[in-house]
Amino acid sequence: MKHGPFQAIVMGASAGGLEVLRTILQGLPATLPVPILIVQHISPDSDSYLPTLLGKHTELRVKEAEDKETLSAGVVYVAPPNYHLLVEADQSLALCAGSKVNFSRPAIDVLFESAAEVFVSGLVGVILTGANHDGARGLARIKAVGGLCIVQDPQSAQVSAMPLAALAASIVDYVRPAEKIAPLLNHLLL
Amino acid sequence: MAVSSVKISPETQRLELLLLLEAIYQKYGYDFRQYSMAHIKRRIDHRLALSGLPSISHLQHAVLYDPVMLLNVLHDLSINVSEMFRDPGFFLALRQEVLPRLSTYPFFKIWVAGCAAGQEAYSTAILLHENGLYDRARIHATDFNPHSLEQARQGNYPLTTIKEYTINYQKSGGLNSFADYYTACDQHGTMRPFLQEQMVFAEHNLVTDGVFGEMQLILCRNVLIYFNKELQNRVVGLFKDSLCPGGFLCLGAKESLKFSVHADAFEVVQEKERIYRKKRITQA
Repeated sequence: MKHGPFQAIVMGASAGGLEVLRTILQGLPATLPVPILIVQHISPDSDSYLPTLLGKHTELRVKEAEDKETLSAGVVYVAPPNYHLLVEADQSLALCAGSKVNFSRPAIDVLFESAAEVFVSGLVGVILTGANHDGARGLARIKAVGGLCIVQDPQSAQVSAMPLAALAASIVDYVRPAEKIAPLLNHLLL
Repeated sequence: MAVSSVKISPETQRLELLLLLEAIYQKYGYDFRQYSMAHIKRRIDHRLALSGLPSISHLQHAVLYDPVMLLNVLHDLSINVSEMFRDPGFFLALRQEVLPRLSTYPFFKIWVAGCAAGQEAYSTAILLHENGLYDRARIHATDFNPHSLEQARQGNYPLTTIKEYTINYQKSGGLNSFADYYTACDQHGTMRPFLQEQMVFAEHNLVTDGVFGEMQLILCRNVLIYFNKELQNRVVGLFKDSLCPGGFLCLGAKESLKFSVHADAFEVVQEKERIYRKKRITQA
Protein backbone atom coordinates (compact mmCIF):
# COMPACT_ATOMS: atom_id res chain seq x y z
CA MET A 1 0.00 0.00 0.00
CA LYS A 2 1.28 3.48 -0.80
CA HIS A 3 1.76 5.74 2.20
CA GLY A 4 1.56 9.45 2.61
CA PRO A 5 1.95 12.25 1.98
CA PHE A 6 2.69 12.20 5.68
CA GLN A 7 0.80 14.64 7.89
CA ALA A 8 1.72 13.63 11.43
CA ILE A 9 3.85 11.35 13.60
CA VAL A 10 2.59 9.69 16.79
CA MET A 11 4.97 8.08 19.27
CA GLY A 12 4.34 5.95 22.31
CA ALA A 13 6.80 5.01 25.05
CA SER A 14 6.78 3.71 28.59
CA ALA A 15 9.60 2.46 30.83
CA GLY A 16 12.91 3.77 29.49
CA GLY A 17 11.16 6.10 27.07
CA LEU A 18 12.65 9.40 28.10
CA GLU A 19 16.13 8.63 26.84
CA VAL A 20 14.92 7.15 23.55
CA LEU A 21 12.59 10.07 22.89
CA ARG A 22 15.44 12.50 23.50
CA THR A 23 17.65 10.59 21.07
CA ILE A 24 14.96 10.70 18.38
CA LEU A 25 13.97 14.35 18.84
CA GLN A 26 17.64 15.37 18.83
CA GLY A 27 17.98 13.92 15.35
CA LEU A 28 15.06 15.84 13.81
CA PRO A 29 15.37 19.33 12.26
CA ALA A 30 13.28 22.44 13.07
CA THR A 31 12.04 22.25 9.48
CA LEU A 32 10.21 18.99 10.10
CA PRO A 33 7.09 19.36 7.94
CA VAL A 34 4.70 17.61 10.34
CA PRO A 35 3.70 17.73 14.03
CA ILE A 36 4.73 15.00 16.47
CA LEU A 37 2.35 13.76 19.19
CA ILE A 38 3.79 11.81 22.10
CA VAL A 39 2.35 9.66 24.84
CA GLN A 40 4.94 8.75 27.45
CA HIS A 41 3.50 6.86 30.42
CA ILE A 42 3.92 9.00 33.51
CA SER A 43 2.67 9.15 37.09
CA PRO A 44 -0.68 10.96 37.35
CA ASP A 45 0.66 13.24 40.08
CA SER A 46 3.81 14.33 38.33
CA ASP A 47 4.25 17.94 37.36
CA SER A 48 4.35 18.70 33.69
CA TYR A 49 8.13 18.47 33.50
CA LEU A 50 8.31 16.17 30.48
CA PRO A 51 8.10 18.84 27.74
CA THR A 52 10.93 20.80 29.38
CA LEU A 53 13.13 17.72 29.64
CA LEU A 54 12.43 16.64 26.08
CA GLY A 55 12.88 20.16 24.73
CA LYS A 56 16.42 20.61 26.00
CA HIS A 57 18.28 18.87 23.20
CA THR A 58 16.20 19.41 20.10
CA GLU A 59 15.61 22.14 17.54
CA LEU A 60 11.91 21.33 17.63
CA ARG A 61 9.54 23.22 19.89
CA VAL A 62 8.26 20.86 22.59
CA LYS A 63 5.13 21.69 24.57
CA GLU A 64 2.41 20.09 26.63
CA ALA A 65 -0.66 19.31 24.54
CA GLU A 66 -3.58 21.64 25.32
CA ASP A 67 -7.26 20.99 24.82
CA LYS A 68 -8.65 22.47 21.53
CA GLU A 69 -5.18 23.48 20.32
CA THR A 70 -4.56 23.31 16.55
CA LEU A 71 -1.58 21.25 15.38
CA SER A 72 1.39 22.97 13.74
CA ALA A 73 4.27 21.46 11.78
CA GLY A 74 7.59 21.24 13.61
CA VAL A 75 5.98 21.22 17.04
CA VAL A 76 6.09 18.31 19.49
CA TYR A 77 2.95 17.85 21.62
CA VAL A 78 3.28 15.78 24.80
CA ALA A 79 0.21 14.32 26.52
CA PRO A 80 -0.19 15.78 30.05
CA PRO A 81 -0.18 13.51 33.13
CA ASN A 82 -3.57 11.96 33.99
CA TYR A 83 -5.29 12.82 30.67
CA HIS A 84 -5.75 10.92 27.44
CA LEU A 85 -4.77 12.78 24.26
CA LEU A 86 -6.95 12.53 21.14
CA VAL A 87 -7.09 14.22 17.72
CA GLU A 88 -10.26 15.79 16.29
CA ALA A 89 -11.22 15.65 12.61
CA ASP A 90 -10.22 19.32 12.20
CA GLN A 91 -6.71 18.38 13.45
CA SER A 92 -7.12 20.08 16.79
CA LEU A 93 -6.29 18.29 20.03
CA ALA A 94 -8.69 16.99 22.67
CA LEU A 95 -7.94 15.91 26.22
CA CYS A 96 -10.07 13.40 28.07
CA ALA A 97 -10.15 12.38 31.73
CA GLY A 98 -11.92 9.05 31.05
CA SER A 99 -11.01 5.63 32.40
CA LYS A 100 -7.50 4.33 32.21
CA VAL A 101 -6.75 2.15 29.20
CA ASN A 102 -4.16 -0.63 29.67
CA PHE A 103 -3.81 0.72 33.24
CA SER A 104 -2.54 3.97 31.72
CA ARG A 105 -3.74 7.55 31.38
CA PRO A 106 -2.51 8.85 29.04
CA ALA A 107 -2.69 5.65 26.97
CA ILE A 108 -0.88 5.12 23.69
CA ASP A 109 -3.79 3.18 22.16
CA VAL A 110 -6.16 6.12 22.70
CA LEU A 111 -3.88 8.56 20.84
CA PHE A 112 -2.99 6.14 18.04
CA GLU A 113 -6.57 5.05 17.35
CA SER A 114 -7.95 8.56 17.23
CA ALA A 115 -5.05 9.87 15.11
CA ALA A 116 -5.52 6.95 12.71
CA GLU A 117 -9.13 8.05 12.07
CA VAL A 118 -7.99 11.56 11.19
CA PHE A 119 -4.74 11.11 9.27
CA VAL A 120 -5.33 7.60 7.84
CA SER A 121 -2.49 6.80 5.39
CA GLY A 122 -0.81 10.11 6.26
CA LEU A 123 0.15 8.91 9.73
CA VAL A 124 3.41 7.46 11.01
CA GLY A 125 3.16 5.48 14.26
CA VAL A 126 6.23 4.69 16.38
CA ILE A 127 6.29 2.28 19.33
CA LEU A 128 9.28 2.46 21.66
CA THR A 129 10.57 0.81 24.81
CA GLY A 130 8.11 -0.17 27.55
CA ALA A 131 6.96 -2.84 29.95
CA ASN A 132 3.34 -3.46 28.91
CA HIS A 133 1.35 -3.94 25.71
CA ASP A 134 -0.14 -0.44 25.37
CA GLY A 135 0.12 0.80 21.78
CA ALA A 136 -0.13 -2.61 20.11
CA ARG A 137 -3.82 -2.15 19.29
CA GLY A 138 -3.32 1.44 18.20
CA LEU A 139 -0.45 0.53 15.90
CA ALA A 140 -2.56 -2.22 14.34
CA ARG A 141 -5.26 0.39 13.71
CA ILE A 142 -2.74 2.69 12.00
CA LYS A 143 -1.68 -0.21 9.82
CA ALA A 144 -5.30 -1.06 9.00
CA VAL A 145 -6.04 2.44 7.69
CA GLY A 146 -2.88 2.48 5.58
CA GLY A 147 -0.48 4.38 7.82
CA LEU A 148 3.19 3.57 8.32
CA CYS A 149 4.42 1.64 11.37
CA ILE A 150 7.82 1.76 13.03
CA VAL A 151 8.83 -0.24 16.10
CA GLN A 152 12.00 0.12 18.13
CA ASP A 153 14.15 -3.01 17.77
CA PRO A 154 13.31 -5.01 20.93
CA GLN A 155 16.97 -6.00 21.25
CA SER A 156 17.98 -2.34 21.54
CA ALA A 157 15.08 -1.37 23.81
CA GLN A 158 15.68 -0.94 27.52
CA VAL A 159 12.44 -2.86 28.10
CA SER A 160 11.36 -5.05 25.20
CA ALA A 161 7.76 -6.00 26.13
CA MET A 162 6.04 -3.10 24.38
CA PRO A 163 7.95 -3.40 21.07
CA LEU A 164 7.39 -7.18 21.13
CA ALA A 165 3.66 -6.75 21.72
CA ALA A 166 3.47 -4.25 18.84
CA LEU A 167 5.37 -6.61 16.53
CA ALA A 168 3.02 -9.44 17.46
CA ALA A 169 -0.07 -7.34 16.74
CA SER A 170 0.71 -5.97 13.30
CA ILE A 171 2.98 -6.31 10.32
CA VAL A 172 5.22 -3.31 10.80
CA ASP A 173 7.11 -1.47 8.09
CA TYR A 174 10.38 -0.85 9.92
CA VAL A 175 12.13 -2.24 13.01
CA ARG A 176 15.04 -0.02 14.03
CA PRO A 177 17.31 0.62 17.01
CA ALA A 178 16.69 3.96 18.74
CA GLU A 179 19.53 5.86 17.03
CA LYS A 180 18.32 4.84 13.55
CA ILE A 181 14.74 6.07 14.01
CA ALA A 182 15.38 9.80 13.47
CA PRO A 183 17.42 9.18 10.27
CA LEU A 184 14.59 6.97 9.01
CA LEU A 185 11.96 9.66 9.75
CA ASN A 186 14.11 12.26 8.01
CA HIS A 187 14.43 9.99 5.00
CA LEU A 188 10.66 9.40 4.87
CA LEU A 189 9.57 12.99 5.46
CA LEU A 190 12.16 15.37 4.05
CA MET B 1 -12.55 -3.10 17.40
CA ALA B 2 -15.76 -3.23 15.39
CA VAL B 3 -15.63 -5.89 12.71
CA SER B 4 -16.38 -3.47 9.94
CA SER B 5 -14.41 -0.46 11.06
CA VAL B 6 -11.55 -1.41 8.76
CA LYS B 7 -13.81 -1.43 5.72
CA ILE B 8 -15.91 1.65 6.45
CA SER B 9 -13.96 4.83 5.73
CA PRO B 10 -13.41 7.34 8.54
CA GLU B 11 -15.41 9.97 6.59
CA THR B 12 -18.42 7.68 6.37
CA GLN B 13 -18.12 6.92 10.06
CA ARG B 14 -18.05 10.62 10.88
CA LEU B 15 -21.27 11.06 8.93
CA GLU B 16 -22.87 8.10 10.70
CA LEU B 17 -21.85 9.57 14.03
CA LEU B 18 -23.47 12.94 13.25
CA LEU B 19 -26.66 11.16 12.18
CA LEU B 20 -26.70 9.08 15.38
CA LEU B 21 -26.36 12.18 17.56
CA GLU B 22 -29.07 13.95 15.55
CA ALA B 23 -31.37 10.94 15.98
CA ILE B 24 -30.80 10.85 19.75
CA TYR B 25 -31.51 14.57 19.98
CA GLN B 26 -34.62 14.49 17.78
CA LYS B 27 -36.14 11.49 19.50
CA TYR B 28 -35.05 11.88 23.14
CA GLY B 29 -33.88 15.49 23.57
CA TYR B 30 -30.37 14.63 24.80
CA ASP B 31 -28.04 16.88 22.83
CA PHE B 32 -24.49 15.64 22.26
CA ARG B 33 -24.06 17.44 18.94
CA GLN B 34 -21.58 19.96 20.38
CA TYR B 35 -19.47 17.45 22.26
CA SER B 36 -15.88 16.64 21.31
CA MET B 37 -16.30 14.21 18.43
CA ALA B 38 -13.02 12.41 19.14
CA HIS B 39 -14.37 11.56 22.60
CA ILE B 40 -17.82 10.54 21.33
CA LYS B 41 -16.29 8.38 18.61
CA ARG B 42 -14.19 6.53 21.14
CA ARG B 43 -17.16 5.84 23.41
CA ILE B 44 -19.37 4.74 20.52
CA ASP B 45 -16.62 2.41 19.19
CA HIS B 46 -16.57 0.89 22.67
CA ARG B 47 -20.35 0.32 22.53
CA LEU B 48 -20.09 -1.21 19.03
CA ALA B 49 -17.43 -3.63 20.24
CA LEU B 50 -19.54 -4.64 23.26
CA SER B 51 -22.78 -5.05 21.34
CA GLY B 52 -21.32 -6.75 18.26
CA LEU B 53 -23.20 -4.38 15.96
CA PRO B 54 -21.46 -3.96 12.59
CA SER B 55 -21.78 -0.18 12.17
CA ILE B 56 -22.87 3.08 13.79
CA SER B 57 -25.92 3.07 11.51
CA HIS B 58 -26.99 -0.24 13.06
CA LEU B 59 -26.48 1.28 16.48
CA GLN B 60 -28.68 4.22 15.47
CA HIS B 61 -31.45 1.80 14.56
CA ALA B 62 -31.07 0.01 17.89
CA VAL B 63 -31.10 3.28 19.87
CA LEU B 64 -34.31 4.42 18.16
CA TYR B 65 -36.17 1.17 18.82
CA ASP B 66 -34.62 -0.25 22.00
CA PRO B 67 -34.85 1.80 25.22
CA VAL B 68 -32.17 -0.35 26.85
CA MET B 69 -29.70 0.54 24.11
CA LEU B 70 -30.50 4.22 24.64
CA LEU B 71 -29.63 3.86 28.34
CA ASN B 72 -26.38 2.12 27.40
CA VAL B 73 -25.41 4.89 25.02
CA LEU B 74 -26.36 7.61 27.54
CA HIS B 75 -24.13 5.86 30.03
CA ASP B 76 -21.30 5.69 27.47
CA LEU B 77 -21.58 9.38 26.66
CA SER B 78 -21.80 10.48 30.29
CA ILE B 79 -18.62 11.58 31.91
CA ASN B 80 -18.59 8.85 34.49
CA VAL B 81 -15.08 8.69 35.71
CA SER B 82 -14.18 10.79 38.66
CA GLU B 83 -12.21 10.30 41.84
CA MET B 84 -12.55 11.78 45.27
CA PHE B 85 -10.02 14.54 45.88
CA ARG B 86 -8.83 14.25 42.27
CA ASP B 87 -5.87 16.68 41.98
CA PRO B 88 -5.07 16.93 45.71
CA GLY B 89 -3.34 20.28 45.10
CA PHE B 90 -6.66 21.73 43.97
CA PHE B 91 -8.42 20.72 47.18
CA LEU B 92 -5.59 22.15 49.21
CA ALA B 93 -6.07 25.46 47.37
CA LEU B 94 -9.84 25.26 47.87
CA ARG B 95 -9.25 24.76 51.60
CA GLN B 96 -6.79 27.65 51.85
CA GLU B 97 -8.05 30.22 49.33
CA VAL B 98 -11.77 29.74 48.95
CA LEU B 99 -13.16 28.44 52.26
CA PRO B 100 -12.02 31.47 54.30
CA ARG B 101 -14.04 33.68 51.94
CA LEU B 102 -17.08 31.37 51.98
CA SER B 103 -16.99 31.47 55.77
CA THR B 104 -17.97 35.14 55.65
CA TYR B 105 -21.48 34.16 54.40
CA PRO B 106 -24.12 33.13 56.96
CA PHE B 107 -25.35 30.61 54.38
CA PHE B 108 -23.93 29.66 50.99
CA LYS B 109 -24.76 27.51 47.97
CA ILE B 110 -22.40 25.30 46.01
CA TRP B 111 -23.12 23.79 42.60
CA VAL B 112 -21.26 20.65 41.54
CA ALA B 113 -22.15 20.69 37.84
CA GLY B 114 -21.81 17.34 36.07
CA CYS B 115 -21.43 15.44 39.33
CA ALA B 116 -21.34 11.93 37.78
CA ALA B 117 -21.38 9.35 40.62
CA GLY B 118 -20.96 12.04 43.27
CA GLN B 119 -17.26 11.86 44.13
CA GLU B 120 -16.66 15.59 43.81
CA ALA B 121 -19.77 16.43 45.87
CA TYR B 122 -18.71 14.15 48.73
CA SER B 123 -15.15 15.50 48.61
CA THR B 124 -16.54 19.02 48.95
CA ALA B 125 -18.83 18.00 51.82
CA ILE B 126 -15.88 16.45 53.68
CA LEU B 127 -13.82 19.58 53.16
CA LEU B 128 -16.61 21.79 54.51
CA HIS B 129 -17.22 19.47 57.44
CA GLU B 130 -13.56 19.60 58.47
CA ASN B 131 -13.64 23.37 58.40
CA GLY B 132 -16.83 23.65 60.43
CA LEU B 133 -18.78 25.07 57.50
CA TYR B 134 -21.00 22.24 56.34
CA ASP B 135 -24.02 23.32 58.44
CA ARG B 136 -24.12 26.59 56.57
CA ALA B 137 -23.83 25.07 53.10
CA ARG B 138 -26.16 23.61 50.52
CA ILE B 139 -24.54 21.48 47.80
CA HIS B 140 -26.49 21.13 44.56
CA ALA B 141 -25.11 18.07 42.76
CA THR B 142 -26.47 17.87 39.21
CA ASP B 143 -26.03 15.63 36.20
CA PHE B 144 -28.07 15.02 33.04
CA ASN B 145 -27.92 11.26 33.56
CA PRO B 146 -30.50 9.92 36.09
CA HIS B 147 -28.48 6.72 36.46
CA SER B 148 -25.39 8.68 37.56
CA LEU B 149 -27.50 10.66 40.03
CA GLU B 150 -28.83 7.44 41.52
CA GLN B 151 -25.24 6.25 42.02
CA ALA B 152 -24.38 9.58 43.60
CA ARG B 153 -27.33 9.27 45.98
CA GLN B 154 -26.22 5.81 47.02
CA GLY B 155 -22.66 7.01 47.63
CA ASN B 156 -21.39 3.48 47.31
CA TYR B 157 -17.90 2.88 45.93
CA PRO B 158 -15.73 -0.22 45.51
CA LEU B 159 -13.09 -0.51 48.24
CA THR B 160 -10.37 -0.71 45.58
CA THR B 161 -11.19 2.83 44.45
CA ILE B 162 -11.67 3.98 48.06
CA LYS B 163 -8.01 3.09 48.54
CA GLU B 164 -7.09 5.63 45.84
CA TYR B 165 -9.46 8.20 47.35
CA THR B 166 -7.74 7.75 50.71
CA ILE B 167 -4.32 8.54 49.24
CA ASN B 168 -5.73 11.60 47.46
CA TYR B 169 -7.46 12.73 50.66
CA GLN B 170 -4.23 12.56 52.63
CA LYS B 171 -2.31 14.46 49.96
CA SER B 172 -4.96 17.17 49.89
CA GLY B 173 -4.35 18.09 53.52
CA GLY B 174 -7.18 16.03 55.03
CA LEU B 175 -7.43 16.54 58.79
CA ASN B 176 -8.90 13.19 59.86
CA SER B 177 -8.78 9.60 58.73
CA PHE B 178 -10.68 9.00 55.49
CA ALA B 179 -12.13 5.86 57.08
CA ASP B 180 -14.21 8.20 59.30
CA TYR B 181 -16.31 9.05 56.25
CA TYR B 182 -17.50 5.66 55.05
CA THR B 183 -18.65 2.32 56.37
CA ALA B 184 -17.16 -0.73 54.68
CA CYS B 185 -19.34 -3.70 53.80
CA ASP B 186 -18.89 -6.47 51.27
CA GLN B 187 -16.06 -4.94 49.20
CA HIS B 188 -17.82 -1.57 49.13
CA GLY B 189 -17.59 1.59 51.13
CA THR B 190 -20.78 3.61 51.67
CA MET B 191 -20.37 7.27 52.45
CA ARG B 192 -21.77 8.14 55.87
CA PRO B 193 -25.27 9.66 55.79
CA PHE B 194 -24.36 12.93 57.52
CA LEU B 195 -22.38 13.88 54.39
CA GLN B 196 -25.67 13.97 52.45
CA GLU B 197 -27.50 16.18 54.93
CA GLN B 198 -26.91 19.39 52.98
CA MET B 199 -26.82 17.77 49.55
CA VAL B 200 -29.52 18.07 46.90
CA PHE B 201 -29.36 15.85 43.80
CA ALA B 202 -31.13 17.04 40.67
CA GLU B 203 -31.23 16.38 36.95
CA HIS B 204 -29.76 19.30 35.06
CA ASN B 205 -28.39 19.31 31.53
CA LEU B 206 -25.67 21.90 30.93
CA VAL B 207 -26.42 21.84 27.20
CA THR B 208 -30.11 22.64 27.38
CA ASP B 209 -31.05 23.82 30.90
CA GLY B 210 -30.63 27.23 32.54
CA VAL B 211 -29.89 29.00 35.80
CA PHE B 212 -31.65 27.55 38.88
CA GLY B 213 -30.24 29.59 41.74
CA GLU B 214 -27.57 32.01 42.88
CA MET B 215 -24.36 30.23 43.81
CA GLN B 216 -21.32 31.24 45.85
CA LEU B 217 -19.15 28.44 44.42
CA ILE B 218 -19.38 26.31 41.29
CA LEU B 219 -17.25 23.22 40.72
CA CYS B 220 -17.21 21.89 37.18
CA ARG B 221 -13.96 20.05 36.67
CA ASN B 222 -13.13 17.93 33.64
CA VAL B 223 -16.49 18.45 32.02
CA LEU B 224 -15.80 21.37 29.66
CA ILE B 225 -13.02 19.46 27.87
CA TYR B 226 -15.73 17.22 26.41
CA PHE B 227 -17.50 20.19 24.79
CA ASN B 228 -16.64 22.16 21.66
CA LYS B 229 -15.79 25.87 21.94
CA GLU B 230 -19.34 27.13 21.30
CA LEU B 231 -20.80 24.88 23.96
CA GLN B 232 -17.98 25.78 26.36
CA ASN B 233 -18.90 29.43 25.91
CA ARG B 234 -22.56 28.72 26.57
CA VAL B 235 -21.80 26.78 29.75
CA VAL B 236 -19.33 29.34 31.12
CA GLY B 237 -22.00 31.98 30.42
CA LEU B 238 -24.46 29.90 32.42
CA PHE B 239 -21.98 29.75 35.31
CA LYS B 240 -21.42 33.50 35.10
CA ASP B 241 -25.16 34.12 35.32
CA SER B 242 -25.48 31.65 38.23
CA LEU B 243 -22.70 33.10 40.40
CA CYS B 244 -23.17 35.91 42.85
CA PRO B 245 -20.72 38.83 42.47
CA GLY B 246 -17.44 37.55 43.93
CA GLY B 247 -18.57 33.92 43.55
CA PHE B 248 -15.97 31.26 42.73
CA LEU B 249 -15.66 29.01 39.67
CA CYS B 250 -13.37 25.97 39.68
CA LEU B 251 -12.41 24.17 36.46
CA GLY B 252 -10.30 21.09 35.71
CA ALA B 253 -6.50 21.17 35.62
CA LYS B 254 -6.43 21.43 31.81
CA GLU B 255 -9.40 23.74 31.38
CA SER B 256 -9.04 27.49 31.31
CA LEU B 257 -11.10 30.64 30.93
CA LYS B 258 -8.29 32.17 28.87
CA PHE B 259 -10.04 31.78 25.51
CA SER B 260 -13.63 32.05 26.71
CA VAL B 261 -15.79 34.92 25.46
CA HIS B 262 -16.66 35.43 29.14
CA ALA B 263 -13.04 35.72 30.33
CA ASP B 264 -13.49 39.42 31.16
CA ALA B 265 -16.23 38.67 33.66
CA PHE B 266 -13.81 36.73 35.87
CA GLU B 267 -10.58 37.34 37.74
CA VAL B 268 -7.96 34.70 38.47
CA VAL B 269 -7.64 33.47 42.05
CA GLN B 270 -5.15 30.71 41.27
CA GLU B 271 -4.34 29.95 37.63
CA LYS B 272 -2.44 26.74 38.39
CA GLU B 273 -5.43 25.17 40.15
CA ARG B 274 -7.93 26.85 37.79
CA ILE B 275 -9.77 28.80 40.47
CA TYR B 276 -11.57 31.92 39.22
CA ARG B 277 -13.85 34.50 40.73
CA LYS B 278 -16.68 36.47 39.16
CA LYS B 279 -15.84 40.18 39.18
CA ARG B 280 -18.04 42.33 41.36
CA ILE B 281 -18.82 44.80 38.60
CA THR B 282 -19.48 43.26 35.20
CA GLN B 283 -20.85 44.65 32.02
CA ALA B 284 -24.44 43.73 31.33
